[in-house]
Amino acid sequence: MDEIVLKTEHLTMQFGGVVAVDDLNIEIPKGHITALIGPNGAGKTTAFNVITGGYVPTNGRVIFQGEIIGENHPRAKMKKIYGGKDRSHFTRQVVNTPDKITRLGMARTFQNIRLFKDLTVFENVLIAKHCRINAGLLRATFRLNRAEERSMRDKSRELLRTVGLEEHLDEKASSLPYGKQRRLEIARALATEPSLLLLDEPAAGMNPKETEELASFIQSIKESFSLTVFLIEHHMNLVMDISDKIYVLDYGETIAVGTAKEVQNNPAVIQAYLGVEEA
Amino acid sequence: MHTRRNTILTIISAALLVGLLYWLHFNRTGNGMLISILQKSAILALVAVSMNLLNGFTGLFSLGQAGFMSIGAYVTAILLIPVSSLEGVYYMSGVHPSIRVFKVFLGSLPPWFQSLYPFFALILGASIAAIIAAIVGVAVLRLKSDYLAIATLGLSEIIRAIFSSPQLDGVTNGSYGLNKIPGFPKMFGGLVPSLVTPFVISAICIMLIVMLIRSSYGRAFLAIREDEIAAEAMGISLFKHKSVSFIISSFFSALAGGLLAMYMRSIEAKTFSIALTYDILLIVVIGGIGSVTGSVLASFLVTASKEWWLRFFDQPLDLFGWQVPLFKTGFRMVIFSILLMVVVLIYRRGLMGTNEFSWDRILGRFKRRKNAKGGA
Repeated sequence: MDEIVLKTEHLTMQFGGVVAVDDLNIEIPKGHITALIGPNGAGKTTAFNVITGGYVPTNGRVIFQGEIIGENHPRAKMKKIYGGKDRSHFTRQVVNTPDKITRLGMARTFQNIRLFKDLTVFENVLIAKHCRINAGLLRATFRLNRAEERSMRDKSRELLRTVGLEEHLDEKASSLPYGKQRRLEIARALATEPSLLLLDEPAAGMNPKETEELASFIQSIKESFSLTVFLIEHHMNLVMDISDKIYVLDYGETIAVGTAKEVQNNPAVIQAYLGVEEA
Repeated sequence: MHTRRNTILTIISAALLVGLLYWLHFNRTGNGMLISILQKSAILALVAVSMNLLNGFTGLFSLGQAGFMSIGAYVTAILLIPVSSLEGVYYMSGVHPSIRVFKVFLGSLPPWFQSLYPFFALILGASIAAIIAAIVGVAVLRLKSDYLAIATLGLSEIIRAIFSSPQLDGVTNGSYGLNKIPGFPKMFGGLVPSLVTPFVISAICIMLIVMLIRSSYGRAFLAIREDEIAAEAMGISLFKHKSVSFIISSFFSALAGGLLAMYMRSIEAKTFSIALTYDILLIVVIGGIGSVTGSVLASFLVTASKEWWLRFFDQPLDLFGWQVPLFKTGFRMVIFSILLMVVVLIYRRGLMGTNEFSWDRILGRFKRRKNAKGGA
């Protein structure tokens, strides 16, 4: 049995009367690539935002590397309108801000690229290294952490070389072609030294060739940084190619779990997502 | 490639600047206007840079500068007014006895302390402002953009109202303000004459801010400016970094406020009204939001044109016996406003944008012009 890196228990996110994610239970084993798929509006990105601390869940628990990083139960007004399951399973509230969770070793990218557009490619990665800084404000201001600063710069340069962006070091992030911006966003996430990488539609807007490159890229960084990967994706080919396990969401509910083959042949999935079965 | 040349150019211009200041020190008579404008510019440059740290580099639109300046100015003034002048200053309601006792006690301390005391006063004023910023920041920094601006604006007004309230008559002299504030002290045992002091203090402070901006923490500020959500996802604590930026900005604003008190020799709560914040915002915008050298440059240009270069518009002008209309008191500000509009229209992102001054850029411009001429 592999070690479980990320686990959610009965994770539910409700906005007003809408239950965006309902009773999500996932287990992500170490070193695997796990995918979360589903039609538009199924609640995939919401699930990501809850896991990374962007939203406080309405109910349920998120466990990362054995530590509870988020837990909640319906309270106050939500008690009355709660529409999910297991309303009284949890009793505590644990809230962590996204920056804390990132420092615990979980990094993410965004569906709509969120680079620091006006800064250079190098600065984008260097900034992500800031979360691992040891020097305090005064030491950093007076350059008493020279060795640390140098190692931050060296590591950033090294990382950009690994992902093949070394010739763009001093270019503005916004001037990169689309595919490379995606790659830079992944590099920036890697700079925070994560053990779990969450990719939100990394292949969105890519052509088949770029998608293929991305698949091998994800696999190569997974190996070289010994990562566990959790991704949301629409490109079926990519998902089927690289994922070890797939969760399928529809209207917030998990409708199927399994390997690519199992999911592909699941009638509920075909109905909800892959379209009408061919005769 | 040109680093050596650039260093030499920088050293030469710094030396020229220092030379000019010392020359002014020895030729004070007749240059009063120039001295006072340069001093005011240096002080406003420090406020503008500290405002830029918050508004331009961290992306927090705050309008509380005048409030923090008033804290620095009042603390410095109250601490520095000499015992012998107390009666004259607090002529309306008398001074609070504890202030008098404190000042008499100070007078008994050794001379080395007396010479350092003005700097302690400045730093104490700045520290008090920083502490207030830290406390207020917990509540205010949850707000974003316009709402933060309104909250800080309110804070600035509250501080002003407190200083001018009759309950504080014995300390701040209420709405009468404080005067007989000693001028700039000498530094380093007279090595730096009092005339040069504001420039030295301002330069040191701006340098500290620049060093902060260039450190890893400064890069984190930039990240917050660019995209808060992405910055937070990269492990940057928004609250911590916003607070640090707010506190440091307030610290240096208040320090500049203390310098302003020494410069003006008399202050009242009205000095630190919202209009002062707008003046500084103007400097920041004209210089370029996110450019330190832009702020410094703009503070000199704005102050000089407002108070010196455009003076002649305020005097009646005779052209060959024809009295030009419009040339009377106040016309200067009309011209100044028109100039501002022109500058903003031409330089959409301020004089410097988000760039910093560099010799390469300046020399590059010369070269291009030469080449253009040669080609034509």
